[in-house]
Amino acid sequence: MTTTTVTAQDLVRLPTLTERALRRPARSLWSDAWRQFQRHHLAMAGVVVFALLLLSTLIGPLLWHTSGESIDYGAGLQAPSLQHPFGTDDLGRDIFARALLGGRVSMAVGVVAVIIAITLGTTVGAVSGFFGGRVDSLLMRLTDLFLALPQLPLLLMVTYLFRDPLRRVFGPEVGVFLLIVGVIGVLNWMPLARLVRAGFLSLKQKEFVEAARCVGASNRRLMAVHILPNTLSAVIVAATVGIGQAIITESALSFLGLGFPPDVPTWGRLLYDAQNFLDLAPHWAIFPGLMIFLTVLSINYIGDGLRDALDPRKTQ
Amino acid sequence: MSRYVVRRLITAIPTLLLISFVLYAILSLAPGDPLSQFAANPAVPPEVRDNIRRSLGLDDPWPVRYVKWLFSLAQGNWGFSFGSRMQVWDLIKLRIPSTLAVVGIAYLVSLIIALPIGILSAIKQYSVFDHVATTFAFIGFSVPTFFTGLLLIIILSVKLQWLPFIYDSTLQVRDLGSLGAQLKQSIMPIAVLGLFQAATFVRYTRASMLENLPQDYVRTARAKGLAETNVINRHVVRNSLIPVVTLIALSAPTVFSGALITEQIFRVPGIGALLITSIQNNDIPVIMAITFTFSFLVVVFNVVADVMYGVLDPRIRYD
Repeated sequence: MTTTTVTAQDLVRLPTLTERALRRPARSLWSDAWRQFQRHHLAMAGVVVFALLLLSTLIGPLLWHTSGESIDYGAGLQAPSLQHPFGTDDLGRDIFARALLGGRVSMAVGVVAVIIAITLGTTVGAVSGFFGGRVDSLLMRLTDLFLALPQLPLLLMVTYLFRDPLRRVFGPEVGVFLLIVGVIGVLNWMPLARLVRAGFLSLKQKEFVEAARCVGASNRRLMAVHILPNTLSAVIVAATVGIGQAIITESALSFLGLGFPPDVPTWGRLLYDAQNFLDLAPHWAIFPGLMIFLTVLSINYIGDGLRDALDPRKTQ
Repeated sequence: MSRYVVRRLITAIPTLLLISFVLYAILSLAPGDPLSQFAANPAVPPEVRDNIRRSLGLDDPWPVRYVKWLFSLAQGNWGFSFGSRMQVWDLIKLRIPSTLAVVGIAYLVSLIIALPIGILSAIKQYSVFDHVATTFAFIGFSVPTFFTGLLLIIILSVKLQWLPFIYDSTLQVRDLGSLGAQLKQSIMPIAVLGLFQAATFVRYTRASMLENLPQDYVRTARAKGLAETNVINRHVVRNSLIPVVTLIALSAPTVFSGALITEQIFRVPGIGALLITSIQNNDIPVIMAITFTFSFLVVVFNVVADVMYGVLDPRIRYD
């Protein structure tokens, strides 16, 4: 800004829209999205709740010194107290400690499974939409095939049947973790692949892509640098909501007794163990269940907020 | 139209073949041994085990077994269960009624609840009713069914002792008393499945209504002087329900997956429970039959959804 002379006219005339846009502080796409996101109060509440849950599962086991493994038959099935905030299970183990530990596993499953699903979905969608033709029809056939696979039954089947050999190779926890995460990831990339493909189909016709091509950008560069960032909002929303879905799926598997082995206390596994003691120890089921519910609810609200925030039609 | 249906059905066949092949391959390549129960039993000598193996056709390499399975299925024969020595179909037939009753009624209930709520909440957007409805719908599809189920048991069976918490499938409806008992034990499984499904339908119906409400044809209808009820019922609702009907068809098979969990919670001896025990016993023919039926339902309901979309929306032409 250099010296500006202010005339009387300037003081009376209201600034035009363009002028207002020029005068306001510079905003990036992300700060715009963040501004929009903050207006979604429930999404903000979701961020806080989810951050708290994540922190407590990450740091909680370090701060909470009661062991979730030590067995004390004398203290079995106790109701929540100061000593055991979530009560104890039939073997007298502290459910709070177990829920914190189990949360680590559940959250890790959610995040890693989503990373797999997002990578697969984005790659398939991008390749399919960018190259079109034969590749596209082949990949879309594959997508349709995967969509027709019965998800939960197949998950049950694969985890149960392949659990033992993987356990032998990678150890009981890592083996089952890899298996569950892999299967959830491989069975959940299809909707995102379709979204990304649709984005690529319309974007590859645009002038900016043509311009980049004229400058000599390679196919890979066109896809990764020019087109993909424009489909990112769909990917981000799908990833967020996907974490919640993956956590539910893992809990469902463990709840059916076909997920992690009994010694790994995931939230679903805790519910599975608790269901025979609903009359004597309802707290055993309620607290881990609430953890799952709060996690998924907060993630879904965050996803909802992101959907609004990243939708260019809604920002101003 | 009919040509389109026929064409869709014909293209569904290779998909189903491929799916059945994938499922069979996974099952056969899995390291478990279907005869492991016998392996641990010292009363069964190895020769007998080999005989059993031969009689079950497990001697052939798995691609051969797959082709055999396919041919016998084409003749309507699902094969024999390894575990119970019964025809797979007879085994499934026993379980279908309880699953179908719970799933079917839950689906109906969810529609009866969800459609009016979704429509009303869109008409009165941002009203108190809308806020309450959308919040409940949001919560409803975030709570996993296994948690709602356990909560209902804790509240209604354990604390209030109104309802039994185990589903008794041997109960036969003979008189009013047993009918009451049947109703009582069905309430919770149906509620758990139905509410979850209803939450999805409410969100979808509301979104679809909101998309249609500001459109020109609605303004035209109002400008003609139609009563608001007519505008909504005859014009907006009719058009908004087109995508909802598709969703209803598409999610029908997923409700069966949901039944897997509800059956576990309430100990309903349905298809889902059968699948879980068969997986635990490595009973390949039964697992194959159930999972393949699930995929079959998915493919068929996909075709149904597409066809219905065309029937309901005359703007869509299949040629």
